[in-house]
Amino acid sequence: MKPERSWKLAADALVWLLLLTMPFWIGAVGGYIQLGTLVVVMALAATALNFLIGFTGIMSFGHAAFFGLGGYGAGLTIKYLVPNTLLGMAVGVVTAIVAAAIIGKLIVHLRGIYFAMVTIAFGQIFYFIAFRWNNVTGGDDGLSNWHRMPIHLGFINIDILDSAVTFYYFVLFFFALSLAAMAWALRSPFGRTLLAIRENERRARYLGIPVDNHIWLSWLISCTFAGLAGTLYVLLNNFADPHQLHWEQSGEFVIMAVLGGMRSFWGPLVGATIFIVLQNYVSSMTENWMSFIGLFFVVIVLFFPDGVLGILRKA
Amino acid sequence: MSLLEVENVTKRFGSLLAVDSVSMSVDSGELRAVIGPNGAGKTTFFNLISGFVRPDAGRIVLDGHDVTGLSPARRVWRGLARTFQITEVFPRLTVGENLQIPVEVAAGFRLRIGLSGAERLKVRERADELLEWSGLARNVGRAVGELSHGDQRTVEIMMALALNPRLLLLDEPTAGMGERETYEIAQLIRRLHREKGLAIVLIEHDMRLVLRMADRVMVLDRGAVLANGAPAEIVANEMVQAAYLGKAIA
Repeated sequence: MKPERSWKLAADALVWLLLLTMPFWIGAVGGYIQLGTLVVVMALAATALNFLIGFTGIMSFGHAAFFGLGGYGAGLTIKYLVPNTLLGMAVGVVTAIVAAAIIGKLIVHLRGIYFAMVTIAFGQIFYFIAFRWNNVTGGDDGLSNWHRMPIHLGFINIDILDSAVTFYYFVLFFFALSLAAMAWALRSPFGRTLLAIRENERRARYLGIPVDNHIWLSWLISCTFAGLAGTLYVLLNNFADPHQLHWEQSGEFVIMAVLGGMRSFWGPLVGATIFIVLQNYVSSMTENWMSFIGLFFVVIVLFFPDGVLGILRKA
Repeated sequence: MSLLEVENVTKRFGSLLAVDSVSMSVDSGELRAVIGPNGAGKTTFFNLISGFVRPDAGRIVLDGHDVTGLSPARRVWRGLARTFQITEVFPRLTVGENLQIPVEVAAGFRLRIGLSGAERLKVRERADELLEWSGLARNVGRAVGELSHGDQRTVEIMMALALNPRLLLLDEPTAGMGERETYEIAQLIRRLHREKGLAIVLIEHDMRLVLRMADRVMVLDRGAVLANGAPAEIVANEMVQAAYLGKAIA
């Protein structure tokens, strides 16, 4: 086995070991289990976004739309229709997929700044709907007075409502499935066509790759997992918030991906961890915590364009 | 029947008539050169054939099918491949990966998220065959961006060949190269023509190369066809001498 490959396997093993044992050590480093759960949820959203920006080379500033649609889809279903967690998640994810499929078809011929601007615009439409449609979405106050439900699978009951640890493993299960699916897709012939588009779109076109269709598929995969992350986010909080549809939230996902390293599969996880931890601890010391994130971000982008993992890889 | 039939294509950019009702017919297995002074419309003509830009008028028929309205990818599926004046490869990927991608696409695997063992073997064998044939095998694990200009161009041509095309368009394949690299690329083109039986249309500035290799030569000047014929006829053509060749041949 090549040394590079065994390093990668060792890194993968370490990441999964840390994630699997998180409930046992998070207290010792001054954290708490909901914070660890939040990191995993945000890491899923950032990794989903990075499938598009890091591995297809298409920038989106509107992924909060699908994160939020997943969240509101799940929350509204559980609150008004059926108090069933898995069904709520399914509705949330399908809502995100349908919206992404339609919006994607409309914008997939755009590139660069035009694509990014239009994703912001579409995202803001959903934000204003959630913000204004008071009697259904709760408007500015968010969607409250509901909570995630324990899961009954016939032979087994999983109490994700009262046990924060059980809920963490529930989230980690979906995180692991999603990351495995994305990693699998990236290592396939289809995944290589996405790399081809990222590296040189003109060449990709003249290899017979219908570039717009492949970008649409990548966008769809990316938005699907962003939607799934959104359902987990509202389940974590027992609350859906219009801010999770706002373009600021989209920007935070981009920051997480870039901070950790867009070229690395684990980059967004590292970026999400740094972001959430800084947000949590620095914000308890100063209201201006965003300026610390901003400063850190500027330093990384200017001096280490491959992110935190890029630094480690060079070392 | 000819492989490529270009019928009276015209392309305007604003007030500039870049290509003015140009027709060209290329037979299977033919090596055709397109020459002309800078700004004669050669690259625009290539872009029209390959679907990079759409003509304002005229028709392009590839292998009996009208492809005038088709996207570049669909023209590739119909057997067309091209290279560019400025080499278009995947510079950060390795030589092996640069060839693996077109081999997989040509095998119809572009939407697959998994391959069977036999399919993977088929892809590897085809990529290895192309690497051996072109002499790129020794560089298989290196990033293409690290290679010499000539080797990068070889990679680009082999990526096009990996698609199993019937017609290959080469836009100034020896542009910016030294004597030795020019010779090597010329050898590669000759082998593509003879061993693979490919029809090749070539834009080239190196006149010695054109006169030695081409079956027929088309001369463009200010967007229109000035002459069309065997290399010897082109050299003898007074209009061509006046417009383009001038002292270079005399």
